[in-house]
Amino acid sequence: MEGINAKYVSQKISKTRWRPVSSSSLQQPDIFATGSWDNEDNKISLWSIGDNGVSGMDDEFEGDPQLVCEYKHNGDVMDLQFLDQDRIVTASSTGAVTIFRHNHNNQTLSVPQLWERAHHYPCGKAPCTGVVCNSPEIVTVGEDGRIILFRSDQEGVTRTIENADSSTIHAVTFLRTTEILTVNSIGQLKLWDFRQRSNEPSQILSLTGDRVPLHCVDRHPNQQHIVATGGQDGMLCIWDVRQGKMPFSLMEAHSAEMWEVHFHPSNPDHLFSCSEDGSLLHWETSSNSDTPSFLQGGRNASITSRSAIAPAGGNQSLISAWLTGDSGKGRLETTHMLPSQTLSVNSLDVLGQCLVCGTDGEAIYVNRLVPI
Amino acid sequence: MCYNLHMLILQSLSTGGCPFVHEVRKDEDICSPILRKLFNESHHIFVGLQGIRDDLPSKNKKTQFVSISKNYRSVIRACMEELQQVAGKVEGKSDGRISPVFFLQVSILLAVELIWNLCEVLFIDAAPAGSLLLHLLDWVRLHKADVDEKARDVLQSESPTEHQAYWDVVISYVLQGRMDEARQVLMKQAALQPAARGMFKLLDNLLIKMPIFNPSGAQTLTEFDVKWRHWHEEVDRCLQDQSFASNPHLEVICKILVGDEDVLLEHKELLSTWYHFLVTRLLFSHPIVKPTELHYYAQSSMHMFLDTRSVPEPLDSILLAAFEFDIHQVIKDCSIALNNWWFVAHLTDLMDHCKLLQSHNLHFGSNLREFLLLEYASGLFTHHSLWQLAVDYFDHCPEFGRVYLELQIERVPLDTERKALKVLRICEQRQMTEQVRSICKIMAKGALRNNRLGSALSWSIRAKDAAFATLISERFLQDYCANGAFSDLDLIDNLGSAMLLSDRLTFLGKYREFHRLYGEKCFSDAAKLLLSLMTAKIAPRTFWMTLLTDALPLLEQKEVIFSADQTHELMFCLEDLTSGNCLPKPDRWFPFLFQDEDIDTTKIEILRLALARNLAKAIVKEGTVEV
Repeated sequence: MEGINAKYVSQKISKTRWRPVSSSSLQQPDIFATGSWDNEDNKISLWSIGDNGVSGMDDEFEGDPQLVCEYKHNGDVMDLQFLDQDRIVTASSTGAVTIFRHNHNNQTLSVPQLWERAHHYPCGKAPCTGVVCNSPEIVTVGEDGRIILFRSDQEGVTRTIENADSSTIHAVTFLRTTEILTVNSIGQLKLWDFRQRSNEPSQILSLTGDRVPLHCVDRHPNQQHIVATGGQDGMLCIWDVRQGKMPFSLMEAHSAEMWEVHFHPSNPDHLFSCSEDGSLLHWETSSNSDTPSFLQGGRNASITSRSAIAPAGGNQSLISAWLTGDSGKGRLETTHMLPSQTLSVNSLDVLGQCLVCGTDGEAIYVNRLVPI
Repeated sequence: MCYNLHMLILQSLSTGGCPFVHEVRKDEDICSPILRKLFNESHHIFVGLQGIRDDLPSKNKKTQFVSISKNYRSVIRACMEELQQVAGKVEGKSDGRISPVFFLQVSILLAVELIWNLCEVLFIDAAPAGSLLLHLLDWVRLHKADVDEKARDVLQSESPTEHQAYWDVVISYVLQGRMDEARQVLMKQAALQPAARGMFKLLDNLLIKMPIFNPSGAQTLTEFDVKWRHWHEEVDRCLQDQSFASNPHLEVICKILVGDEDVLLEHKELLSTWYHFLVTRLLFSHPIVKPTELHYYAQSSMHMFLDTRSVPEPLDSILLAAFEFDIHQVIKDCSIALNNWWFVAHLTDLMDHCKLLQSHNLHFGSNLREFLLLEYASGLFTHHSLWQLAVDYFDHCPEFGRVYLELQIERVPLDTERKALKVLRICEQRQMTEQVRSICKIMAKGALRNNRLGSALSWSIRAKDAAFATLISERFLQDYCANGAFSDLDLIDNLGSAMLLSDRLTFLGKYREFHRLYGEKCFSDAAKLLLSLMTAKIAPRTFWMTLLTDALPLLEQKEVIFSADQTHELMFCLEDLTSGNCLPKPDRWFPFLFQDEDIDTTKIEILRLALARNLAKAIVKEGTVEV
């Protein structure tokens, strides 16, 4: 936990995201964006953590994030994604979807594009709750149960799936280039295929039993059938979307809503989750073992985060360490990443060895030495 | 934010007389973002403090409390420095005008830190005689930092000894008891005057030999006292011997060392405050002052230093009260003088943890802490964003905190579902079931108004609100009757255990299951389900007609689906329905009503026919014996 400091920023942070670094360079990320919420004047801000070439004992204060620029945002920032190196898309609580452009020369932000009433009710505003992009395509979801597809180079809306869900859709992520996954407040994971003309999901997965709302979803970077979700009860579920309608494993993670879950983009044996209870967990699974015990399809095991989990053996290229069955041999370790209790950790992002997270205590934590 | 708190303090003090009316303008407030950091960081420290367990030995606790006090103070300092930085930037711009609010805020923070530091020295650290003076010296040095600036100016100038502030610097160092720095600066002068080397050497000697009490050393207080008296006599002898007569500056320094109060008072501008005068005076005449003796010296110092005609400022009376160890007076005066609940609330809380408030018996004794915390937290709750911090403060007010929280939490505006979820989590963690129910109802009603039936259902599940779940199911059923098909199939098909929340919801789920079974051509299962819906009284009576009509195609099938018993039951249900349901008499004024009644009676006749035929087929089938 060395190298993690709190920076108080006078605004409650709802989202933080690293600016993507080009895959060819081995650089660590140095700029991240944050969005605020619950303010009379919300903002999105860009921060820099300075020179990354310097690594030394005294980089504790050098690593302090410095504000590069900020811009007023109408409504709470419900979600934020980098479209590319220069542009950021945000989802607002007024139902608007905005693209911001960062001008590197004079370090300012401008708004080249705005879809103001993307999500709406017949009479009133509906917050847009999630946005995901795969340049130039942008997909947004909202409390009005719509899924909207935009293109950043076009003015209007490309496609709308009306009434995709009768409840609020909380988060969305790309499964493949033409398929997305959404999670909603009645605990369903839905798969949508844009190649199909119909407005029906191609697959619905859910837990039997209690309909616990799901808040976040993330797909394994390499194995596209593995998906992790987190919900209102703080349980982390790992699903295999190819088979079964139910999750593969359930793990008790947090004592309150899990707001975000992320697989590490380059080292997917590591998973990060953050929650309303103020904790940020780093999950690490090890996939080396000699017994090729594969999952016992369809069975869910409720496992506490410290118990042993069966690893994947045998055909390692296809089987991921995350798909586990009942207790077996193997390791799943969890570590708390924040030094002490804080208010809710609303958002986290991890890239390379750097982790950034934002809390309701108006603080940003940056860790540049995440053990991966 | 300072305006809000300002309003609060004055409102709470106006006792019935003419109320104060304030015109609160939203100034271009550079203070707010920086003050927010103060609130957030101190909240973090506060929560950590509440977590300190009572069963630790008191020695460990004292060090912990002192370090917490230092944390609070460093937060205040950081805030002040940032305010000054920002003001510097504003000043730098061509049209920069700093609003007077800024100056007020900085001066308040300065005063707050000064008082807090003194309280830490006297009350929390509770230093005994000997180390008490050392702490007081540190306190003064921290708050009179311009000496170092001046010294830098002097030493960096071309010829330091010619600088007009040179002797001021030396004397200031001596007044603060910083002998090493004083000697260093003096050496510059000594180097230039080889003739007077003897004198300088003598003074240097005196300065080096001045005894400083070492609390962790082996020396006891009495031993130190003896040593100090010897040194004091030596300085006095030097004075009597006129050793420094030729150099008035050195003579002044010597007189200061001997503790000559008149000479000290001559340097009022260098001392600038009466408490500096107090500490210097103690340093050179009573270094082993006991805490109980402090107030006497404090009072006399104040009187000597200040003009007897001028009215003591609020800050002065607060500090005096502190020197008199009257904690309650300090808190009371601070509450009145500073427009700041933040300070008194946190300081009182810390002192309450140190068990300092209990020894003072006032009729509202230990509730003072709670009163102040409640005031502060109520102020926080009015802020559109900082209300979340207030929750933790209410949590740690055992008597009224919960009640306050219950009242306030319902007033938080809920613009988005995410915010509502956070508020709900706060209520659920504290078992505030009433508030949970009312918030869920508000959200569910809003969702229903926007036709988001799934959302509405998920809110009623969270609140375990059976009544609302029934309402939602009615909506679904109405939609079905109106459109002939179900909307939001994804919800109804996947109700899971939520079905059990309300009867109507169970019916809805089962009815949809019936449709599904029918669609999948599992007719016997469908038939069984349909019958059970009526016999188990899950279905509302108003819907029975529809159910029976749904049974028609099953009855008309070639294959016998309903058994004889089942058919009997269906007939029973039909009779039940028609007998209880008085068909409306034909109205001679509105003959067209006949049409509806006709449909009804036609339906019933068709049903009766179908049931009879099915009964016949069933009896035959069941009666047939394979030969």
